[in-house]
Amino acid sequence: MTMTGTPNTKIAFKNVRRVFGDGPSAFVALDHLNLDIFDGEFVTVVGPSGCGKSTALNIVAGLLGVSAGECRVDGDIVTGPGPDRGVIFQQYALFPWLTVRENVEFGLKLQGKEKSERRKIADHYIALVGLTDFANALPKMLSGGMKQRCAIARAYAVNPKVLLMDEPFGALDALTRVRMQDQLLETWSKERRTVMFITHDVDEAVYLANRVIVMAARPGRLQEIIDVNLPYPRNDELRLSPQFAEIRNKVWHAVYTRSGQQQPALEE
Amino acid sequence: MASEQSASSAMALRFDLKSIGLGVLSFVVGISLWWLASASNATPLPGPIEVLERFGRSIGTGQLWIDIRASIGRVLAGFLLGSIIAVPVGFLMGWYRVARGLIDPWIQFFRVIPPLAIIPLAIVTMGIDETPKIFVIFLAAFLSAVVATYQGVVSVDKTFINAARVLGAKDWVIFTKVVVPASTPFILVGFRIGLGSAWATVVAAELIAAQSGLGFRMQQGQLYYDLPVIFVSLITIGVLGLIMDRLVVLAEQRLTIWQERV
Repeated sequence: MTMTGTPNTKIAFKNVRRVFGDGPSAFVALDHLNLDIFDGEFVTVVGPSGCGKSTALNIVAGLLGVSAGECRVDGDIVTGPGPDRGVIFQQYALFPWLTVRENVEFGLKLQGKEKSERRKIADHYIALVGLTDFANALPKMLSGGMKQRCAIARAYAVNPKVLLMDEPFGALDALTRVRMQDQLLETWSKERRTVMFITHDVDEAVYLANRVIVMAARPGRLQEIIDVNLPYPRNDELRLSPQFAEIRNKVWHAVYTRSGQQQPALEE
Repeated sequence: MASEQSASSAMALRFDLKSIGLGVLSFVVGISLWWLASASNATPLPGPIEVLERFGRSIGTGQLWIDIRASIGRVLAGFLLGSIIAVPVGFLMGWYRVARGLIDPWIQFFRVIPPLAIIPLAIVTMGIDETPKIFVIFLAAFLSAVVATYQGVVSVDKTFINAARVLGAKDWVIFTKVVVPASTPFILVGFRIGLGSAWATVVAAELIAAQSGLGFRMQQGQLYYDLPVIFVSLITIGVLGLIMDRLVVLAEQRLTIWQERV
């Protein structure tokens, strides 16, 4: 742990570079990324498409390798995916042939947990995300928001050190999205984990985070880190407060003006 | 939610009744037209009553059962053999790039040859007993099922695989717990197509060399200008094919109940 600067650093990017393809068509998705995320922190990463935010998340998850530099979680270099890092995908990625409970138990089964223990843990997290009445339902019976809550429960169930969320609410409508943000913060306050949350919604980024990481595109790089000195628990009142507006403006400015991009380009 | 469900199932039932009603109506109209056409001597074809009588005779002498048994035996043997071998081969091709590169050219080549075109070769090399007939049916069923299985495996959503990996799954678990269930709908469609090809092939195979079977009986009918027996065989093939197809569909609905259907 002492290898990566501050002792309570959870995720550390050191000079991380990631290139896709080679030759003249090579695309630098991420360049010179240096970033420490601390234990128990809720960090949101915001930026235009092509800024490498999803690439960075996938590197922590172990789903993508680095082209240069290194990424460490708890001091260990990431070499592949593992249950110590839970990932929540935008497309939910629930197994449609399994019920809500079976989905949540999937990772527990892989850990070799006994049936009764699996059931206990699964039911705990299903209750935590408010899906108890749907524990035996198939994903096709659930709304988008409920699916994502199930995915959150599934990620939590294997007791990961960090939660990596890749635009988890991106496919939800605006109203559901706001409710999901509140619910996520509630879950997080009950069971604190280090969270890295990718979004392209500035409001969402500020509302959830201790710190907002703003990234810029071409090549994907770190633009600015903005502290959100607002207390938890957060609520609608805070969402409409002048302090919130002030930070929101700062982030908005960093995303849209300084990175030289008016509008997010095509989806990556 | 529950009331919503029962409402929609009630609606589905009503819809079902309506479509069943239309089906019966269509059947009655079709038979009447056939009866009219033959009764008015507009065609040389036998009428429904004549065919029905012939059905009775064929059942009475036990000949129909012998033919049905022979044809179904061949179809099932070829189809089951083809499917059982196609599934692992399809998985192998979908999962390992090397296997795909080695096997795919052969599959693509044999796929463009109609199974019927293999019959002369099969008869010359395998004789005229059951083996060549089952072999061509096997080939037809195998090719449909293998392509469907392989398609199913390669089209498994990458996110499912990633979701399993981040939960700690290794290759074998990903294969058995994710790839297999995710590709089941494709495989069952392959079975359905394979079954269709198996029926198409059995009749042709029996036309060429057989001592029994529905296809053989039709050829006998042709030789002796026995139109009713041709009708009996045709209708029997249609009904049997339909029943087996429905069985596969039923299995499909059972096994893929989790699919979101629009």
